[in-house]
Amino acid sequence: MSGDPILCVDRLSMRFGGIVAVNDLSFDAERRKITALIGPNGAGKTTVFNCITGFYKPTSGAIGLTHDDGRAIRLERLNDFRIAKLAKVARTFQNIRLFPGMTALENLMVAQHNALMRASGLTFLGLIGAPSWHHAEQAAIDLARIWLDRIGLLDRADDAAGNLPYGDQRRLEIARAMCTQPALLCLDEPAAGLNARESAALSELLLSIRADQGTSILLIEHDMSVVMQISDHVVVMDHGIKIAEGTPRQIRDDPKVIAAYLGADEEEAIAVMESGT
Amino acid sequence: MGRSVSAPPAAQTSRAPGAAFILKKALISAFVALVLFSLMIGVRTEAGPQGQLVYWTRFDDLAVMVAAVFGGSILVELLRRWWGPVDAVRVVPPSVQSALSLAGRLVAPALLVFTFLVPVLFYNERYILDLAILVLTYVMLGWGLNVVVGLAGLLDLGYVAFYAVGAYSYALLATNFGLSFWICLPLAGILAAFWGVLLGFPVLRLRGDYLAIVTLAFGEIIRLVLINWQTLTGGPNGVTGIPRPTLFGIPLTPADDGLAALLGIEFSPTHRIVFLFYIILALALLTNWVTIRLRRLPLGRAWEALREDEVACRALGINTTTTKLTAFATGALFGGLAGAFFATRQGFISPESFTFHESALVLAIVVLGGMGSQLGVALAALTMIGGFELFRGLDQYRMLVFGMAMVLLMIWRPRGLVGHRAPTVFLKHSQAISSDLVKEGHG
Repeated sequence: MSGDPILCVDRLSMRFGGIVAVNDLSFDAERRKITALIGPNGAGKTTVFNCITGFYKPTSGAIGLTHDDGRAIRLERLNDFRIAKLAKVARTFQNIRLFPGMTALENLMVAQHNALMRASGLTFLGLIGAPSWHHAEQAAIDLARIWLDRIGLLDRADDAAGNLPYGDQRRLEIARAMCTQPALLCLDEPAAGLNARESAALSELLLSIRADQGTSILLIEHDMSVVMQISDHVVVMDHGIKIAEGTPRQIRDDPKVIAAYLGADEEEAIAVMESGT
Repeated sequence: MGRSVSAPPAAQTSRAPGAAFILKKALISAFVALVLFSLMIGVRTEAGPQGQLVYWTRFDDLAVMVAAVFGGSILVELLRRWWGPVDAVRVVPPSVQSALSLAGRLVAPALLVFTFLVPVLFYNERYILDLAILVLTYVMLGWGLNVVVGLAGLLDLGYVAFYAVGAYSYALLATNFGLSFWICLPLAGILAAFWGVLLGFPVLRLRGDYLAIVTLAFGEIIRLVLINWQTLTGGPNGVTGIPRPTLFGIPLTPADDGLAALLGIEFSPTHRIVFLFYIILALALLTNWVTIRLRRLPLGRAWEALREDEVACRALGINTTTTKLTAFATGALFGGLAGAFFATRQGFISPESFTFHESALVLAIVVLGGMGSQLGVALAALTMIGGFELFRGLDQYRMLVFGMAMVLLMIWRPRGLVGHRAPTVFLKHSQAISSDLVKEGHG
């Protein structure tokens, strides 16, 4: 693969005791593109995500991230929160992890923690109510307002996140990740549990994030209509290894992919074949 | 006895199957009571003068007890029927609702004004003033622990350790180096915060029960060190002769350079009590102000986010280690300040004042108040400490009545007196978040 990759996964392996979840996996994610990671259940997709976002430490292999300014970071050497803070990698979770007892607005404010922490002079300036802190806080609220508007939740900004409908919670989690101003956005099954209309709105949101923010997106998805519609590049995994990669069109016609899906789950294979037609 | 006679007709008035059920339940309860009490109350045994067994029967007392259980059971069932299912949604008229919310908004300012006026209203009642100081001390401790338990969701059973560190810091600095209260106060706070960080490090990885056990142990370690390090702390004898606070260097004594003499008024020991009252009031309000401010700052929001979901916090780039440590340090700081005040008020401290009982009491105040709610904690401290004094006339039944009141309160309000969370920031209007959604934290 040529071009300008933002993320280079090189010979990544992850073992849990005797189980090899990811075996010698290599792929690139292009800058300002949407890369999809697909595969049957248990293929190791979420494990790859957890390695990239620092929740697991890979057994072996390298994960390189190159920022727009050419700054290169080895993600496998950073741990948990530093990947989000320093490498600017944001993620969402397969089972939504919002702060349910906080409002939608507060969720987006927590996401801007590191920027606000600096602005509040590590809390001390904020405690005495310095004007610079008030400006920063207002700017953070404005950014949150922009994102709430984009996901159509401006009217429910002051509602508890746990009270929002499921589809809204999914979008709010994406907005929260975007409020960290990430270079790479990792989405773990963002369309899971959404109906057709909500999925279409999600595709639109992701395309607009790529176009307007220039954020590179890496997503795991089972909803093939979303994958085929928005992905620029698709990587297919099965049993911890990469079995194919290419454009959505190439993937759709790849016999190995069809076999993997047929072998694993008939319905999903049919979905793969039908979604492009 | 009277209740059991009047209760059955009342049961008849409710629905027929219900009446039979109530009666059956009451009979079963009465039977269980009869079996249990027949030996405990019905027969009284004692050792006679030659060591032989002497016993006599008290069947009238037994009858009274069984009848009371029978009547009580019916009464409880009737109350339950009248109240309806526990989780039923009660429709409250909007007018009542708005009146309630107005009252809710006025509670805090009214309490504050009243608190300021306490020394004026009860100037001649030493007992009330002492009680008020005690209540305010626990309000401050509750607000301090609220940062750790209520906001950050870290269960701390050893909070008294920081109270002790603050108290001994002031006591030892003042008696050994002659430093004044106002210099020692911040030092005591800083030292306690330092110990808070020290405790924080080993427990960072622990959650829930494990965290509770280690913090509990920490509290005991501090107390045992205080008992056994005799050369420094005086061991079980404690530290005596701790100096009283001065007003800008002017002592509140009957001496010629005392405040009363300078003002040309007659000396009264109440002056010092009133002075102490306003010191602890100022310290408690400082705690409250800082906590309210912190909640609106990124640090406080990160504490609450940590309570809600630690994994999500890490995914957002929040350093959970420093966030937890700052919560421990902030809570400990306020505990230390309260401890220094305690030392100067008592004039004498010993390790006996810093037992687990204190930690449990402060934790109970936070839980009862509604975790995270400032007003709730203040009300809970008033209820716990004030209520405890209120029941003093009941002598040995005090603990029993008090415990029952606690149980009833927790049934009625399982998430504390103030069971909802107020958002820290809002776009249009701030609406309270129901406690069902707010997490309690798990470590």
